[in-house]
Amino acid sequence: MKNETHPIQVILYEGDGAQPLAASERFAVFSQLLDKGYAVMRVTAEKARLESPGVGIPLVVIGNFGGTAPALEDAAGQIEITTHDIGGLAPDAVLDLIEQGRVADQRGLNQPGVSGMWKPWFPVIDYDRCTNCMQCLSFCLFDVYSVDDNQKIQVKNQDNCKTNCPACSRVCPEVAIMFPKYAAGPINGDVVNQVDLEREKMKVDISSLLGGDIYSRLRDRSEAAKSRFSKERSPDKALDERKRCLTKLQQSGIIPAEVLAELDLASLPSPEEIQRRAAEAAAKAQAAREAAGTA
Amino acid sequence: MKILYCRCAFAQVVPQETKDAVLEKLCESGASFETVSDLCEMAARKDDRLKELLGDGETPVKIAACYPRAVKWLFHNAGVPFPQEEGKVEVLNMRDQSAEDIVNELTGN
Ligand code: SF4
Ligand code: SF4
Repeated sequence: MKNETHPIQVILYEGDGAQPLAASERFAVFSQLLDKGYAVMRVTAEKARLESPGVGIPLVVIGNFGGTAPALEDAAGQIEITTHDIGGLAPDAVLDLIEQGRVADQRGLNQPGVSGMWKPWFPVIDYDRCTNCMQCLSFCLFDVYSVDDNQKIQVKNQDNCKTNCPACSRVCPEVAIMFPKYAAGPINGDVVNQVDLEREKMKVDISSLLGGDIYSRLRDRSEAAKSRFSKERSPDKALDERKRCLTKLQQSGIIPAEVLAELDLASLPSPEEIQRRAAEAAAKAQAAREAAGTA
Repeated sequence: MKILYCRCAFAQVVPQETKDAVLEKLCESGASFETVSDLCEMAARKDDRLKELLGDGETPVKIAACYPRAVKWLFHNAGVPFPQEEGKVEVLNMRDQSAEDIVNELTGN
């Protein structure tokens, strides 16, 4: 699940009028808040100015103000500011104070380590490498990719992506798809070398074989026995077909076994739908090449 | 100069010792700095603050996060490309570099 609300911006104010915290306390406050999903800024005397986090993002200013926190207000009235004196509070108590305020104000926050929260796992395109070939768009079964108004590939639905599945990065012939939270390079964004490039090109052949497998089976059926096929067709058979294709993908190592294990096969698009998408992707790729004058 | 630190809180891909050591040293320094829980998560939401984090495009920004290629395109794909001028944004890689090197680069020692 993706959190659509703007997280709260916390500012640790240590400029004029506030006593700086001890370095160890400062570290504890920062690390605890960060590990709970907050963004935290430190403002010191060297830069004693509160920067706006942006319209609509509430600001919580904390500091050792000597007993009373100053009342702050955004002159333009666009930012909601809360202040707290944290003098004498242990770092855990600072976190509690901020959490309580957030809950009381009914503000959502995507929190690391909390079950049901969305783990930011999604593809990131390196446009210095991407050739707009649309392989990723035709490969992904979950509508993560799309094209913009200029027919350029883009990642549209990040939160549709299956956590820990880097499969589409492996079908990209240009090694242009990264998953920053992946363990190994170059998928994690590490520099791409010639060996990677050769290996990735080989994987594309594997995926086109798998794709060919799905499509040729469909083609044979539709040409040789269109009517019989439609009568014979049952939800169970469609499911079996998808299972077989997915098993092949699993054997090839393109999709990790644990990702496949969690997939709800019944919710996957039908082979016809996959074929329709592939045709659509091919048309989009052609349109993109024509627009770029490389058709 | 602006300093930005990413905690990478939703995954264990950045070594804990490195991210702790970098934050610890920043906290010991006299510098003002900004920290975020997870740049990837903000980029996925196209958080308005990404623009604020990069600043006006004139002030140099140093980001302690992960692979520079990943961070550059995360911002770009969230609609906030790095400034055209080379070197305005420098990404330091906590997955690969030592905490000491990163802190020296961040604080200009
Ligand atoms: S498969 Fe790779 S090169 Fe092709 S459109 Fe997708 S990201 Fe670009
Ligand atoms: S940008 Fe890099 S360091 Fe930051 S959250 Fe993403 S993967 Fe982690």
